[in-house]
Parts: sequence; structure tokens; C-alpha cells
Amino acid sequence: MTDAMVWAILIPLLGGLLAVMFPRFSGLTGIISATTMVIASLILLTLVASQGPQVYLIGGWSAGLGISLYADGVSSLLLLMTALIALCVSIYAISYFRHSNLGKHYWPLWMLLLSALAAMLLATDLFNIYVTLELLGIAAVALTALDGKRPAVEAAIRYLVLGLLGSLAFLAGVALLYSGYGTLDLATLATRIQPGATSWAAAALMTAGLLIKSALFPMHFWLPPAHANAPAPVSAALSALVVKAAFYLVLRLWLDLFGLSLSGWTSSLIGLLGAAAVLWGAWSALQAERLKVLAAYSTVAQIGYLFIFLALIMEMPEGMQRQETITGLMLMALAHGFAKSAFFLSAGVIQHRQGHDRIDELAGSAQAMPITTFTLALAGISLIGLPISGAFLGKWQLIEGALYLQHWLLALVVLSGSLLASAYVFRVLGKAFGQAPYPGRVLSNGMQEIPAMALALIATLVLGLASSPVWPFLEYTVISGRAG
Amino acid sequence: MMHFDNWLPIFIVMSSLVPGLLIFFLREGSHRTRTILNLLGAFLKLLLVGVMIWGVFHERVYETQFLIAPGLEFRLHADALSVLFVTLSTVLWLVTTVYAIGYLENSPHRSRFFGFFSLCVTATVGLALAGNLFTFLIFYEVLTLVTYPLVAHRGTPEAIRGARIYLAYTLAGGVVLLFGIIWLKSLVGTVAFVQGGILSAVDPALYPQLKIIFLLLMIGLGVKAAIVPLHGWLPKAMVAPAPVSALLHAVAVVKAGAFGIVRVIYDVYGVEFAHELGLLIALGIAASITIIYGSVRALSQDNLKGRLAYSTVSQVSYIALGATILGPIASIGGVVHLVHQGIMKITLFFAAGNYAETLGIHKVSEMNGVGKRMPGTTLAFTVGALGMIGVPPVAGFITKWYLGLGALDAGIGQWILPVLLLSSLLNAAYFLPILYRAWFKDSEDKWPDEMIPARTLETHGSLLWPPIITAILALAVGLFAAAPYSPLEWSQLIAFREYGQ
Repeated sequence: MTDAMVWAILIPLLGGLLAVMFPRFSGLTGIISATTMVIASLILLTLVASQGPQVYLIGGWSAGLGISLYADGVSSLLLLMTALIALCVSIYAISYFRHSNLGKHYWPLWMLLLSALAAMLLATDLFNIYVTLELLGIAAVALTALDGKRPAVEAAIRYLVLGLLGSLAFLAGVALLYSGYGTLDLATLATRIQPGATSWAAAALMTAGLLIKSALFPMHFWLPPAHANAPAPVSAALSALVVKAAFYLVLRLWLDLFGLSLSGWTSSLIGLLGAAAVLWGAWSALQAERLKVLAAYSTVAQIGYLFIFLALIMEMPEGMQRQETITGLMLMALAHGFAKSAFFLSAGVIQHRQGHDRIDELAGSAQAMPITTFTLALAGISLIGLPISGAFLGKWQLIEGALYLQHWLLALVVLSGSLLASAYVFRVLGKAFGQAPYPGRVLSNGMQEIPAMALALIATLVLGLASSPVWPFLEYTVISGRAG
Repeated sequence: MMHFDNWLPIFIVMSSLVPGLLIFFLREGSHRTRTILNLLGAFLKLLLVGVMIWGVFHERVYETQFLIAPGLEFRLHADALSVLFVTLSTVLWLVTTVYAIGYLENSPHRSRFFGFFSLCVTATVGLALAGNLFTFLIFYEVLTLVTYPLVAHRGTPEAIRGARIYLAYTLAGGVVLLFGIIWLKSLVGTVAFVQGGILSAVDPALYPQLKIIFLLLMIGLGVKAAIVPLHGWLPKAMVAPAPVSALLHAVAVVKAGAFGIVRVIYDVYGVEFAHELGLLIALGIAASITIIYGSVRALSQDNLKGRLAYSTVSQVSYIALGATILGPIASIGGVVHLVHQGIMKITLFFAAGNYAETLGIHKVSEMNGVGKRMPGTTLAFTVGALGMIGVPPVAGFITKWYLGLGALDAGIGQWILPVLLLSSLLNAAYFLPILYRAWFKDSEDKWPDEMIPARTLETHGSLLWPPIITAILALAVGLFAAAPYSPLEWSQLIAFREYGQ
């Protein structure tokens, strides 16, 4: 049954190839790939639930010789999030690209991206992680430039350069670790690593590389143009998944490998940058003139929250409070993934219909598309962190954690971030109440609106009320705890 | 297997949630389906609440709880105080729904309106049944979100602006409340509502922090309860359609704040502990200032709804005032006002809505002689106004009587009684001129904008009957205050349970 891990990686890859060969059926292969990922991640989750973390050795070679895959609660849950978002985005994309020839470029790249994401989440070896990071970066850049217009291409080139810089730094860190400890397998490395110059330098390089990729303030400047100018299904995937994948690696590396090597001030620094990101991102979102720019800056802010979480977790002693904070982090990350993809997809619906997404001119369109407006509202509630949403619970844990460590200022930053977020979300929603007449029907474009709505509902109702079956998986397990 | 008693609070919340959600998907034209769904939900809720009243009186426990996230418990629990508020919301929701159906006939976006209207009551009932501050906060915030579309409903620039101001105030208040609650939880580990409070055993070293937390909680709740200087949104929010104003002022938003204040004092801090910390005096002063300030501002409002809005600012603080006076008698006065103010205020807003819809009257100065043209509505208005002043036997008299007695009993009569007296005088000063104009002055030749002609009834039946019914209720709860299951009787139950008698 652990084959599921392989399927989650291979099927999208195969789908990508098929999409190149048979462009006519590319949408179908996309749906099939995403569905396979959903099923595979569900199988993985049940396995993890009943037997704990799972290891799969490709070809039966033991770790160190062959490639092995590893899934625990955190990674399989993120895989499920990826798969569900992928499924909704794929359905949406079929309709979105129906009348354009961009589709034939979109599908192969999109499935390559999915495959790389799955591989990254399941990888156990720093070199493999590096490879998936590069694949992910390239696919993401190509997708950003998809429509070939000038702003998109410019943003994509900037994204490419910074992405490469990030990967290079990461690779340098990997090389340092290899020369110092003679292995790249995370589990073995975790047993051998010693606090010292080598591990510290490696940690610094790898973290710096990943911070660029996860767009933590002040390395965020490449993100807004890239995410705002890509086609909506791409923006959704970039904001919800790609940035978060880089954060996931930071989390893994810091908690599993470098925990001892990093002194207190590094986590304080990360927390500080996170706080700055929250305020700056939300403030910039408030100034944005376009819906997608707003959404992109909101991602900058949301990534900030995740790093504040990380800083707190690094400082906390083992125990209940730490576990609850980690749960909060995961809820926040999941809620953001679903909410942000829903937000971008809805922005795409509006852009498609109006020909623009300028916030000040949304007045009539908001009434014409009740479901899309409703989706934006639900996603917005999650982004603000209001009940009922997973983000509300996450934020609660974040503030509680900050108070537990007596970080009053961080708590205040989180609260101000919520206020700023309410301001930018309701700046958009306020447009929904003009005097335009009722459109007469609720749905205007079901194939795009229903997937977006589904994502928004997962972010709010499902994560906010019914996430209890998920917590056992949120219990973070250190990768080195596995056998072999 | 969960027992029916565990399900009852959930059913009560669901009975307006489900119709509300369904209504969103109805077409504008499906008037009949919408009405049936609305009334079905309202009557079902009434029935379920009836069961709950009986049960709570006989000390049955209605409780549902589950973990919503690690360490965070979602808890619904029915005690006497929640039942009081649930009953008020349910009865007045039913009446307001009938009123709104008549009021909004032929206006656009009705499905959206009634959908959010039902969600609004769902949130109110939810926070009434909340068993801890965490659950309370969830519904409190949801209430903010679902009332926003109702305030903005008309879609005029003025409405959108009013709604934005409303949102800015309430969301900011919500953030302060959130912070206070989390701080409290991190200090004492729980935020459950327990009769007599959860804090009396806390280490005295934490007292200073508890005082700050109390301030935060009161700010967060005071925004909705419109305590001066946090009341700025309320006069702006009256741009909403009349049924919304009625519900906002009588049941939902303003009351949610007042209810929260009572909850925090009685079931989190505990009234005696809060008194020991000196917190009650501070809040009592704020409430007194609000009572006087609201009345003074109401004097100068020519806009009828504006005058009623400032009157709400003033009247709702009686509830907080009652909670701050130590002793069961004043508590009775405060708690019972939760119901009394609701019934009287909703009557006044219904009447104001009728004047506007029927004759286009928005200002006090246009009301000359309206009593002859619309006797039923004006009679209802008169009952409500006299009640607000505190004229026996209308409900408001009972409140003021108990507050005054309680203050004397607690030995602080020398400054509470003047507040009550002054406020009653001011109430009279801004209500009596309206009554005088309506009944005794001759009308002008033409009404500002007569939209509904007088036939057998002065206006549409579904507009006329709701204020008359609530006016009769306002009289009845005053006249039969000593009857079993009356609001007063029930408030005595609450107060005696709180003071352990």
C-alpha cells in the first residue's frame, strides 16, 4: 500500500508526458492525475493513522543506496491539501483555458509542478530535495510566463533569477553538509550532525535559499508581480502550494536537523521578519489597486504568520503547548492554502468576465456573480482569521503561544495583522452592496465557480468546525524518528 | 449515543441556520417558499425553546461539547440566563420576520436579506447558549459578519458607509475581545462559564493582570453594547431597513454586547470577586455616563430613528448598570431589562418603520397629528415610549424600580438614584413631545410621501400587527410581572442562583 507514495509522484509526471503527446485530452489527464493524488494521499493518511509514519524504498534498495520516500502525518496531510487544490484547480483550468491555446502549454507544466511537489513532500534525501526544488522552480517560472505578455514575462524572469539564487544557496548548504558528515539522508544526518561551524553555515545557506523561495519579507518583492500577472489557476497554485512547499522545507530542516545548531537569536530574527511580513504585506494589500495584487500581498502577510509560528515553536520546550502550537501552524497553513487558492480562482472568474480586476470598478460585477462574491467572502474570512475558519483556530494558538512565551509584541502584531486584513478584505466585499439589480440566477459559470467555492468551504467550515479527525496527523514527528 | 438533551441546543441553533442557508438559493420570485421556510424555522425554534424553558426550570442539563481544536472546546450549554435571552430572540425574531415580509415586499435582494436575517438570529441564539468564552466569541464574530450585509442592504452610498463604520467598530472590538479571552485563558487555563465565576481561587499576584483583562473584555463587548465612547457606530447603522434596526437594537447586536457583559461579570469573574477588585464601580460609572449621555443626545435628534438610536445607547446601559450593583435585587433589574428593553424598543422601531413606509415620515417634526391617521401604530408607539420613561405598569417601570431598590440595598443609592431620576426625566423630555405632536397637534395638509392608502386598516396588516403585539407584550410583562415564567420571575431565578440563595 505504500506504493501510494510512488503513484502520487509518477502519475502526474506521466500525465504531463501524455498531455504533451495528446493535447486534446490534456484536461482529462490533469483531472485523472489530481484524482490519483487525492486517492493516494487518502491511502497514505489511513496508513499513517493506523501504523505511524511510512517508509518506501524504491526498488528495494536500502537508504543510502537507493531513493527512499517517507510520509508522516504532516507530509501526508500537506499532500492531501496539494491534491485537493490540484483537483479543484484542474477542473477550473479546463474551463479557464477552453477558448485559448495557452492550455496546451499549461497542462504539461502544471502536472510537472504537481509531481515535483509530491516528490518534495515525500523526499528523505537532501539531494532529492534539491532536485525537486529546481523542478518546482522551473515549472513555476514557466507557468508564470504562460500568457507571454510583457509584465508576466518580466515578473517570470525576476522570479527565475531569484529562484536560481535560492537554489544555489541551498545547494551550497547541501554540499557543506555532505563534506562535513558524509551523508545526505535526512535521518542519518540527524544522528550525526553536531552544532558547529559547518552545520551553522549550512543552516544559514539553506535557510537563506528557502527564505527567498518562500518570499519572507524582505525577500518577498519578486512575489507580487509574479503571482498577480500569472493566469488565475497558476496564481492559485503558486500562492497556495509552491511558496508553502519552501516553508515546509524550512520547517523540516529546522525542527529535524538544525534545532541544536541554531541559537536563540536566529529564531528571534525569523520571528521578527515574520512580524514585519505580516504588517508590510497586509499594508501593501490595502494599497493594491487590483484584486490579484491584493491577493498576492496577502500571501506575503500569511507567510509571515507561518514564520512567527516557527520562531515560537523553536523557543518552546517540548510539551502540550508546543504540540498545540504546531497544530495551530498546520491549521493556519492548510487554511491559507485552501482560502488563497479559492480567492485567486474567484479573482480569475471576475477578471474573465469583466476583462479587468480593478477593485474600484467591481461594484456591478459583485452583484452579478453572487457565488463568486460569496466565495471571496468566505476566503476573506479565513484570511482575516475570523470564525468560522481553520485560520481562526490557528491564530488563536499563535496568540496563545506568543503569550505563553511572553512575546507581547508578537501577539499585538498578529492582532494588528487581523485588523489590516479585515480592512483589505472588506474593501473588496463592500463593493458587493451597490444598487445593481439581482442577476436572476446564482451561478454564472459553474465549472469555475463551484471548484473555487469548494476550496473556500474547506478553508472555513471544514477546517473550522470539523478538523478533529485531522489532529492526530498534525502531531509532528521528527523524520529521524523513523526506522532505518 | 448522544441523548436528546445533548442535541437540543444544537437543534435550536439549527432551526434558523438551515432555513437561512436554503433561502440563499431561492429565486427572488419564490415569495411563498421563502415565507414558509422562515415561519417554519421560527415556529420550530419557538417549540424547541419551550421545551428548554421547561427543562431548565426543572434543572435539567442541556449541554453539548466537543473539541474543535486541541485545547479549544466548543460548548453549548443552557442555563437560566441563556434561556432568557434565547426566548427573547426567538419570540422577537418571529414577530420581526412577519414584519420584514410585509416591509420588504417588492424590494430587491430579498433572498439575500432573509438569508442573512436568519443567520443573524442563529448567531444570537448561539452566543446565548455558549458555554464558554471561546464559543461565545465564535458566535459574537459571526454575528458581526452576518449583520454587515443587513446594514448595507439598501446599497445607497450612505448605507455602505454606515455598514463600513459598523464593521470597523465591531471588528476592532472583536480583536480586543479575542486578545482578552486568550490572555485570560493563558492565565487560568479555562474560560468556561461557571455560576459564581472561575477566578476566585486565582493567585492574588495575578490580580493586576485580571483587571487589565477585564478592561479588554469590556471594551470588546462595550463596542456592541454601545457604551460611550464606543457607541459611534450605532447612530450610523440606523440607515439599515427598519426590521434590521429593530432586530439590531432589541435583540441581536446591542443585546449581544450587554449579554456578554452580564456573562463575564456573573459567570467568569463572579460578581463578588469583580466587586472586590473594584471593577464593578468603574463599569458602573461608565454605564451611568452612557445612560445620561445617550439621553442628552437623543433630545436634539429630529430624525425619529436617530432619536431611537440614542435612546438605545442610553437604555442598554441599564443592563450593565444592574450587573455592577452588588446584590440580587439590582441584578434582577438589570437582567430583566434585557427582555424589557428588547420588547419596548422593537415596538418603537416597528412603529417608526410604519410611519416611514406608510406616510414617508422620517422626522419627529413631521409627526403632527399622525395619531389620527395611524391610531394603532401610534398607540403601540405610545406604550413603548411610556415604558421607556418608566411609567407603570409598562415593563420599563419594573426595571427602574428594581434598579433603584437594588441600589438602595447595596448602599449606593445616593448616586444611582439621581442617575435613574435624571435619565427618566430626559426620557420624558424626548418622548413626550413626540406623543404630544402625534396625538394633539393637527396634521398638515399632506403627508411627506403617502405610499400606502388607508383602507380598513391604517397600513398593511403585516406591518400593523407586529408593533401591536409587542406593545401588548410590553404591557403584559409589566402587568403580570409576578406570574410564573414571566421575565421578572425568571430573572429572580437567575439572580438567586447567582447569589446562591
